[in-house]
Amino acid sequence: MYIIIIGGGSVGYHLCKALLKEGHEVLVMDKDASKCENFEDELGSVCVRGDGCEVATLAEAGASRAEVFIAATDGDEDNLVACQIAKYKFGVPRTIARVNDPKNEEIFRKLGVDCPISVTNLILEHIEEKIPTHPLIHLLTMGEEKMEIVEVKIMDGSKSVGKSVKQLSLPLDSILALLIRNGHKPQVPTADTILEANDRIIALTTTDSEAILQKKLAGT
Amino acid sequence: MKIIIMGCGRVGAQLASLLDADGHQITVLDIDAHSFRRLPPSFGGTALVGDGTDEEMLKKAGIAEADAFVAVTQGDNRNVMGAQIAKKIFDVPRVICRIYDPLRKDVYEALGLEAVSPTVVFAQLLRDKLLAE
Repeated sequence: MYIIIIGGGSVGYHLCKALLKEGHEVLVMDKDASKCENFEDELGSVCVRGDGCEVATLAEAGASRAEVFIAATDGDEDNLVACQIAKYKFGVPRTIARVNDPKNEEIFRKLGVDCPISVTNLILEHIEEKIPTHPLIHLLTMGEEKMEIVEVKIMDGSKSVGKSVKQLSLPLDSILALLIRNGHKPQVPTADTILEANDRIIALTTTDSEAILQKKLAGT
Repeated sequence: MKIIIMGCGRVGAQLASLLDADGHQITVLDIDAHSFRRLPPSFGGTALVGDGTDEEMLKKAGIAEADAFVAVTQGDNRNVMGAQIAKKIFDVPRVICRIYDPLRKDVYEALGLEAVSPTVVFAQLLRDKLLAE
């Protein structure tokens, strides 16, 4: 697979190294000549000097036959524009952008980048997953539809303990999909299911109702 | 018209003061407060310190009610990003951006952005002036 990476910083370098090892054809592009020399010394002829936002440079790099295009510079505007040119001018099927300001992740998606990745958001999600005291974990977010799948843990002091699902008057756009209880098989909760402390609920909800759902299930 | 200008450099400031004098409602955005020194004392619009590629900042600048958005910062890519956010996310009716690099201008027109390249315009102007004398 032919992969083009814009930006020869540490993200670009390690991506390039890993992808080469997997046997892909990789080309790195950076404006800085000294960065290109580093690549030359360590990984061979994989880096060309040039601006990844320029049509002529990308044409020379054979962008039209690239299957994946990764923009990994530390400038969000540059990453956006590079991906857009790759996608709209050269028809690259998969564009991936590093997002430095986490607020831009959604903007990039709306403006056509196939896969915007914010390291900050990734770390935050990881913290949510790993810290057991956090009552609500995002499992999956379905971007533009504003739908999400979350996991809510019923805590010892939660008001919902001992109540049935129908007593909770949950938001109408939220569905409890699965109940995970220690020592039991996961089951689909019904309106009459009584909640217990340490139950874990997988629910489908909207971003707007997420806070209410969390309050109803795990609020104390 | 309510117009937002992103970038208060020489062009941005000049445009802001012209449109302000014409009676339009102008908001100028720049990341450096020092840039606002270029606005004339008579300027009656709003000058806001902030990044024109930041959604929150644009909302503060009143982009939801804006009739036009002009991106004239020093960076082509920055202008393109600001212009696309204005056009595609906030549906501003008229959006124009400055692109120095004439090669890039074609791409943005393909993306549906109205772009002006000062490089092309000024080169043509100089040529016409030279040949006219």
